[in-house]
Amino acid sequence: MLQHTAGNEAGRSTPIVTVENLVKRFGHFTALNDVNLSVAAGEKIVLCGPSGSGKSTLIRCINHIEKHDGGRIVVDGVELTGRMDDINGVRREVGMVFQSFNLFPHLSVVENCMLAPMKVRALSRAEAHERAIGLLRKVRIHDQANKYPGQLSGGQQQRVAIARALCMQPKIMLFDEPTSALDPEMVKEVLDTMAELARDGMTMVCVTHEMGFAREIADRVVFMDRGAIVEEADPETFFRAPRTERARDFLGQIIH
Amino acid sequence: MNSLDFSIVLQAWPYLWSGLLFSLALTAVAFVVGLVLGTCLALVQHFEVPVLGKLVRGYVALMRSIPLILVLFWFFFLVPIVLGHLSGNGRPVPIGATWTAFITFGLFEAAYYSEIIRVGLRAVNKGQFEACQALALSTFDTYRSVILPQVLRVASPIILSQTIILFQDTSLVYVLSLTDLLGAASKLAQLNGRLVEMYLVIAVVYLAISSAASQCVASLRKRYAIAGR
Repeated sequence: MLQHTAGNEAGRSTPIVTVENLVKRFGHFTALNDVNLSVAAGEKIVLCGPSGSGKSTLIRCINHIEKHDGGRIVVDGVELTGRMDDINGVRREVGMVFQSFNLFPHLSVVENCMLAPMKVRALSRAEAHERAIGLLRKVRIHDQANKYPGQLSGGQQQRVAIARALCMQPKIMLFDEPTSALDPEMVKEVLDTMAELARDGMTMVCVTHEMGFAREIADRVVFMDRGAIVEEADPETFFRAPRTERARDFLGQIIH
Repeated sequence: MNSLDFSIVLQAWPYLWSGLLFSLALTAVAFVVGLVLGTCLALVQHFEVPVLGKLVRGYVALMRSIPLILVLFWFFFLVPIVLGHLSGNGRPVPIGATWTAFITFGLFEAAYYSEIIRVGLRAVNKGQFEACQALALSTFDTYRSVILPQVLRVASPIILSQTIILFQDTSLVYVLSLTDLLGAASKLAQLNGRLVEMYLVIAVVYLAISSAASQCVASLRKRYAIAGR
């Protein structure tokens, strides 16, 4: 049942993320069962699958927000297993965007973006401000820099969350269903921002049900079900000719 | 029947004023000490520090279940004995009524504030902690820059309400023979027989200060209802 990870891009360079035989349990429930995945620098991976299939848990393990129970995770040469003295060293290089944005409501948009670079990267206030404004401009929301998150729409908040993560200059970006909490008319602005980031060469792992986005951006689509990777292929192959029954069922349900 | 004569109040104003200043000073010190210490106590419980967490929980429960006036007595009589033991010669070391009042109020309020902040900490969305983790913020920076500012904002109306109660409770220092606003008024009233005028005037002073503070609470509530959404 387990697919090996020799995705079409692997081998072109050293993987920036390697996941081997990963196991994660929540009590008696096994959320991830012997998962293997490797992500090459610059690669864009879309993780999809029915809810409860373990996609979110997998990317949350990659920056150790969830602690795994077995197997190995190596991110940017650092192994996230055993003693975790350097976990923040890994997290500095891994940006994450959440379904529910998780912006800091008591800080303005620009302050949201400045906090971590100042505290973690030891940037001066002026440097952090300059970087924040630059990235807010990139996600086209710099004119709202002094507003508070509560004053913005969902799409705007999610773009701020992307800029906030980018301010740490991560080597890889994880997206955990970034458009699932948005009103339909705001999905596009966020996907456009992500697509632009992909074109800039960012390494991305996205959990999303936006199959149009997957088709356009992904180098590889990874389909998960019941805590395991069931199928992985380039988007063209995956959407045209899914090999497994479960992938066909899944695609049948979400593509009308 | 005697008509009311408020001229006595004007004459006695400097003495009442010094009583009011004492009340305000005690409130301010107890507020600052209580808030800082209360935040620490709340964090100890929040992090479930072994042993210490349980001790703090016991301390907070104890302080919240006995009357302040009793705590004042305890500290007035107990602290000198404890200090005596610590100093080695066994003789009580009196710390004086003023110190007793400041220490007791600070410690007592810390228990109340810690409870408010502990509940506030539990109310912070899990996603806020995860965002801090994802941004590689240290635990210290997470709490100082993200979590506590939100808790203090959300809890500020309740904290201020508690502080208004604290201001009124400062009148209990009369049991230590200290002279706060009410104490000053009582002494003067006994002295010159103008009880009604005195008690009327200081009631107005308490009312004015407490309702000004309540206005503050209301405007804080309004403000954070918008910005902190």
